[in-house]
Amino acid sequence: MWCPDWSVQGSGSAVIDMDDTSGSSFEDVGEMHQRMKEEEEVAAEAAATEDEGTEDGEFLGMKGIKGQLGRQVADEVWQAGKRQASKAFNLYANIDILRPYFDVEPSQVRSRLMESMIPVRMINFPQKVAGELYGPLMLVFTLVAILLHGMKTSGTVIREGTLMGTAIGTCFGYWLGVSSFIYFLAYLVNAQITMLQMLSLLGYGLFGHCVVLMVTYNIHFHFLFYAMWLLIGGLSTLRMVAVLLSRTVGQTPRLLLCGSLSLLHMSFLLYLHFSYHQILEGLLDSLEGPNVAPMQRVVRDVPGLTLNTTMRNLMTQ
Amino acid sequence: MASPEDASRPFAGFSDVSIPEDIPVEGDISVPVPPSARDDELSTLDEPVKETVLRDLRAVGKKFVHVLYPKRSSVLLRDWDLWGPLLLCVTLALLLQGGAADSNEQGGPQFAEVFVVVWFGSIVITLNSKLLGGTLSFFQSLCVLGYCIMPLTVAMAVCRVVLFAISGKAGFIVRLVVVTASFGWSTFASTAFLSDSQPSNRKALVVYPVFLFYFVIGWMILTFSP
Repeated sequence: MWCPDWSVQGSGSAVIDMDDTSGSSFEDVGEMHQRMKEEEEVAAEAAATEDEGTEDGEFLGMKGIKGQLGRQVADEVWQAGKRQASKAFNLYANIDILRPYFDVEPSQVRSRLMESMIPVRMINFPQKVAGELYGPLMLVFTLVAILLHGMKTSGTVIREGTLMGTAIGTCFGYWLGVSSFIYFLAYLVNAQITMLQMLSLLGYGLFGHCVVLMVTYNIHFHFLFYAMWLLIGGLSTLRMVAVLLSRTVGQTPRLLLCGSLSLLHMSFLLYLHFSYHQILEGLLDSLEGPNVAPMQRVVRDVPGLTLNTTMRNLMTQ
Repeated sequence: MASPEDASRPFAGFSDVSIPEDIPVEGDISVPVPPSARDDELSTLDEPVKETVLRDLRAVGKKFVHVLYPKRSSVLLRDWDLWGPLLLCVTLALLLQGGAADSNEQGGPQFAEVFVVVWFGSIVITLNSKLLGGTLSFFQSLCVLGYCIMPLTVAMAVCRVVLFAISGKAGFIVRLVVVTASFGWSTFASTAFLSDSQPSNRKALVVYPVFLFYFVIGWMILTFSP
């Protein structure tokens, strides 16, 4: 009811006006209108009761009080209710913002996990990337659990709080950090990919890591790890590279984008398998190990000084 | 006086503010709430503290039974509380803590870690189920997940006894069996409560993080050594 008027008024800057109406000011108008109506109703009710009350003198005082009280109570209830409702609405609105990204079926997740291992050789036309966060998030949590498991079986003895925190920090840091880095690069070279698609792509790319690490943490066999690293890690990297290739134009941008992504992705798997806990152990050793000698504090001059003063005292006496 | 059908619908008259003339204004104000229920509500003020505590403990105990024998009932969901989860979480953390305190290498998980893992994990699962379109409220879900740690806490107690009594490979096998059974039990019980609130085609998506959560806790218990 308000929209047409405003759009007619501001025909010169229609875009800005539409933004205004879709923002908070529009809600305010709606709320104001409703409140005005509410107040009118309350006033009408009060007036009606008072009109009836005038017929009998005894009723007048009571009805007046009742009307006033009713209005006050109604106002209070209305205000409290509105506050509650807006608070609840805000909470649920924040969840609702994320809800579309979690709108998946189990079969979709399964097929996307499979597809994350199958590179598609089609680079002339932009490949489809599903913008979804359920799968990536669960894969990151799975990776955290696998890392914890690996650290335990490899006999890494460090403080557990650090262990848990580092596992979570590494996985989330890699996922978010590398996604934003590649997104930034893609933005620089004008590739057609959004942040959400990048998060989803890299998240599903971690499925290969999960499989490789789960197997190789339990079966300690170097040749097996290298084979799986090349095969499974390579396949999941190739899949991401193919998607990025299809969405980028030009030789140098493609080389830059895909080179950095594959380098990061493959070396992250190596890092997680080999040196994760060793680096962590070494770092902790150097930080709080026994090989760091405590700083020696040398007391200088104090004995001499006291001696001297005592001597002087003795001499003077 | 108010007529009998008015007494049965106590607030029906309030919708119509204008009062007809044939109803006199003076009369008794009848309280719609039965007096006995009202007394019960109010009497908690001057009852002994022991009774209050015992009643709450009884409620917690009743929910423990529900977890041990998971059947489709809404008691755990309707009257949620966080006392039981707190109790279980603290017990588990203390049991896991003990080993680390008196050894030099500090191999066991710390109290804070267990605490954070349990609460952070259940919050993540709850948010996930909300995002997938579940109908449970936030605290109901937290309550269910917290109460369903109970089999794992029991397994932890058993593991400590086993570690004390049996050593070597046999002890490890016993612990493995106990932890696996309790892990399955926890997952089964929590899904029995949680999956009703989900759309039927998405149950697997909700169950997976629950499985992961109890798996990590179970792994912590299994690898614990004093």
